[in-house]
Amino acid sequence: MSSSSLKSHKFRLDREDGWKRLEFLLKRVESRSLKSLTDEDLIALPTLYRATLSSLSVARATSLDQDVTLYLESLTTRAYFAIYGNKSSMFERIGYFFSHSWPRAVQSLTKETLAALIITVLGALIAYSLVTSNSDWYFSFIPEGLAGDRSPASTYEELRKTLYSGGDSDSLSVFATYLFSHNSRVAILAFALGFAFAVPSVVLLLYNGFTLGAFIAIFVDKGLGYELGGWLSIHGTTEIFAIVLAGSAGMKIGWSVAFPGERSRMDAVSSATSQSAAVLGGVIIMLFCAGLLEGFGRQLIVNDEARYAIGFVALTLWLLYFYLPRPDEDAQNIWDEIS
Amino acid sequence: MSSSATTKKNYKIQKPIKHKNGKNKLGKNKLGKNKLGRQKNTYRAPNFDKNIRTLITPEGIDLRLRLADTGTRIGAFLIDLILMIIALILLLLITGKIFIEDDREIASIILILGAFLLRNFYFMFFEMGGKGATLGKRLLKIRVASRNGGHLTANAVFARNALREVEFFLPLGLVFSLSGDINGWINLMALVWSLIFLFFPLFNKDKLRAGDLIAGTWVVNAPRLRLSKDLSATPTVSDGHSKYRFSAKQIDAYGVRELHVLENILRMKKSKSIAEVSARIITKIQWKDGHMLKDNEVEQRAFLNAYYAALRGSLEAKLLFGVRRKDKFDRR
Repeated sequence: MSSSSLKSHKFRLDREDGWKRLEFLLKRVESRSLKSLTDEDLIALPTLYRATLSSLSVARATSLDQDVTLYLESLTTRAYFAIYGNKSSMFERIGYFFSHSWPRAVQSLTKETLAALIITVLGALIAYSLVTSNSDWYFSFIPEGLAGDRSPASTYEELRKTLYSGGDSDSLSVFATYLFSHNSRVAILAFALGFAFAVPSVVLLLYNGFTLGAFIAIFVDKGLGYELGGWLSIHGTTEIFAIVLAGSAGMKIGWSVAFPGERSRMDAVSSATSQSAAVLGGVIIMLFCAGLLEGFGRQLIVNDEARYAIGFVALTLWLLYFYLPRPDEDAQNIWDEIS
Repeated sequence: MSSSATTKKNYKIQKPIKHKNGKNKLGKNKLGKNKLGRQKNTYRAPNFDKNIRTLITPEGIDLRLRLADTGTRIGAFLIDLILMIIALILLLLITGKIFIEDDREIASIILILGAFLLRNFYFMFFEMGGKGATLGKRLLKIRVASRNGGHLTANAVFARNALREVEFFLPLGLVFSLSGDINGWINLMALVWSLIFLFFPLFNKDKLRAGDLIAGTWVVNAPRLRLSKDLSATPTVSDGHSKYRFSAKQIDAYGVRELHVLENILRMKKSKSIAEVSARIITKIQWKDGHMLKDNEVEQRAFLNAYYAALRGSLEAKLLFGVRRKDKFDRR
């Protein structure tokens, strides 16, 4: 029996060129993208992929050349990921994120968002009433470092100064950047800890509410309520909204862990996560805006009405962007599959 | 595949316990969903290797994915960490230079933003790319894939890496930021916390990190193999096939498993194992001119090559009739 007459060897000789060509194309797709292929190559790719898949199943059934079968396994897997993997480019994805994924994901979390808002308000009310009745409570809610000059013992003048003095204008942008990076981490935590039955997310939201309530209490006590409102709303409408959304994303995951419904727990968690991950991605962007508003806007604009106006406009824009009704649910689903 | 599954029935079992397990699992899970909720187009391969997962392509072919070892994944993470630290040091050097040249504000902004982006988006950026792997993962030839066999969505990548914050950076931050007596307990709790997440992949059969679990992903091997020469067509065989002729009984001594071991040895090019293996085969098949091959590596190799080709030819011929002779104990 002559060795080259092995059927599996002939099989390999016949198809090897196609495999090699697929390997070559894959190398280019993986290191750059599908767009780096010429039209001709792009048309050839799926054909080569299918031919190689069929080679694989023939090889498994008839060839005992381990080298060939392992090579085909690895090649087809690579091709599978290249072809069924990421289709759209980074820019398309980003554009689609803003036009569809993000607002839709936020809409889908409406219930959780309301709950998160209620928890925050509840926290604020509790802290407010406690601090008003006994100002010693203040330091249970606000850590020393954050309090700075703002304490129940501060005079009207001192408190007023904290609202309007921009501080060192050189360091504004540094302050803004710092706030952004700090708040984003809090948001990521509120999301990432959600899987523990949403408890940590709720605690973070409550704590956020406490801080808010305690602040409001001491300012209102000195008759600075209206001024504080301006100071808070210029960035707070964006920032607090963002934290509420992050909390609601965490709660969504926690809820699906606790009550997966008809699906298996893992399925429920995965799909809840992919929705809320989009929300969280958007939250980071919102916090970036809030950081800018806080770092620059609040320090440079000292007029109360202007502060209120900016805060109100920002809130309206966010609400419109998120909650305006949007058509074609089906197209959305198809895109979610692709992107 | 299916043929090996049928083989099991008449095949004398070498490791009865393992076999029993495999059978039970198959019986329980069948093709549909199993405990970890993988969706309908993946199922556990009817295979002894517990790290193989099967993915059915839309074309109906089952691709076998091998889960990445925990050690490999830790290695990849460490490489990524080192790369991030190097990038951070570079960033510090650059901003330090700007800082000294008296533009403190810009320097600080670049530093804070750069560190933030690096920490949170290094992993996301690379895993969203075509290779689905960070630089460390690429180096160790593993990648992230979706557990249900579908697309690896940007959302999933985002979620699995947001969890990294809880799994790694949060405890790390606690350990660094806290010191002193009062915080000893908090440190300890942080340590326990991170240990739970650290060992999480060891306690589930799909080796999922908490982030993988949440995002519906897993990490699989993505080897890039090259096609080597076909051993049955090497010149020594084609020239010398008349020199080494084997009787049907001699060829019949081994099965597929031994064929593959022989193939690996021929490809490895270690003269010691060539000598050992040829000696063993000579004894086993009672090859008459065995003494002529002693201490002659070229001849030993030619002999093994010829035997490989003959064995493969015979086994493949049987394969065409639906008989896959698993190994030398498989008497069919």
